[in-house]
Amino acid sequence: MEKIPILKMGPFLLVTIQVDLYDRLALSLEADLVQMVKKTAAKGVLIDISAVSIVDSFMGRIFGNIAGMCKILDAETVVVGMQPAVAITLIELGLPLTGVHTALDVEKGMKLLTSKVDIDIESDDDLDDDHNTI
Amino acid sequence: MTTWTMIITLSKDVMRIVADQDVVPFRNRVKECAVKIKMGLVNQTKLITAASELGRNMLKYASGGETLIEIVTRGRDNGVRLTFKDKGPGIADLSLAMKDGYSTGKSLGLGLPGAKRLVNEFDIKSEPGKGTTVVVIKWANG
Repeated sequence: MEKIPILKMGPFLLVTIQVDLYDRLALSLEADLVQMVKKTAAKGVLIDISAVSIVDSFMGRIFGNIAGMCKILDAETVVVGMQPAVAITLIELGLPLTGVHTALDVEKGMKLLTSKVDIDIESDDDLDDDHNTI
Repeated sequence: MTTWTMIITLSKDVMRIVADQDVVPFRNRVKECAVKIKMGLVNQTKLITAASELGRNMLKYASGGETLIEIVTRGRDNGVRLTFKDKGPGIADLSLAMKDGYSTGKSLGLGLPGAKRLVNEFDIKSEPGKGTTVVVIKWANG
């Protein structure tokens, strides 16, 4: 079966969707991604949809699911590169993608993720320092 | 609607949707038609998204059915007309099914009302026990 590759980049996972997603492919991406977050202890997930010309309610729900599931596993999700026509269609469809972080492109998405997990890394360091002093 | 009677079909294509992989080639066929009549990108995206919603509905609630993809004209205006015909359980309460957020499945309930907002003309006929037919038109400049 076809699979969408998930790349590990430091503390983040990177997914670029280059094909038209049918339901089963989207569902397997959702499962694979959540497994990978657990396996790699990733702090963030970046999904690039710049090559995706259609996001319907099913796909929108998958993005929401991924963000929610990753959040529970302590990872942030950012969807980047949405085409303007897709954004227009999503809002008219009635799917504002609440709960999913978005950014214009991969670069801005990476910045957003870094800014979100930096705080965590710092507070971890603080904790370690505290332990050392005690 | 009086406009429906003046519509002439320029090309006609039949595709069956019986598995979720069928939705992708169906969407591609719809896109080809939209491109052929020089539909703008935003309208194309709306049409294909509506097609995807309606195709999925048909799969989910009626385990598939037949679609008709037509290029139609009403004089100056060209458009794409899609017909989704299934022999599923039908819809008992159409006005309820057209409401945002209503779903008998476990979806978001955006399929029918959402698809209606994305096209120019939307017609649904359903008979419980017999099946459902949805016809939509998106005009190139609509």
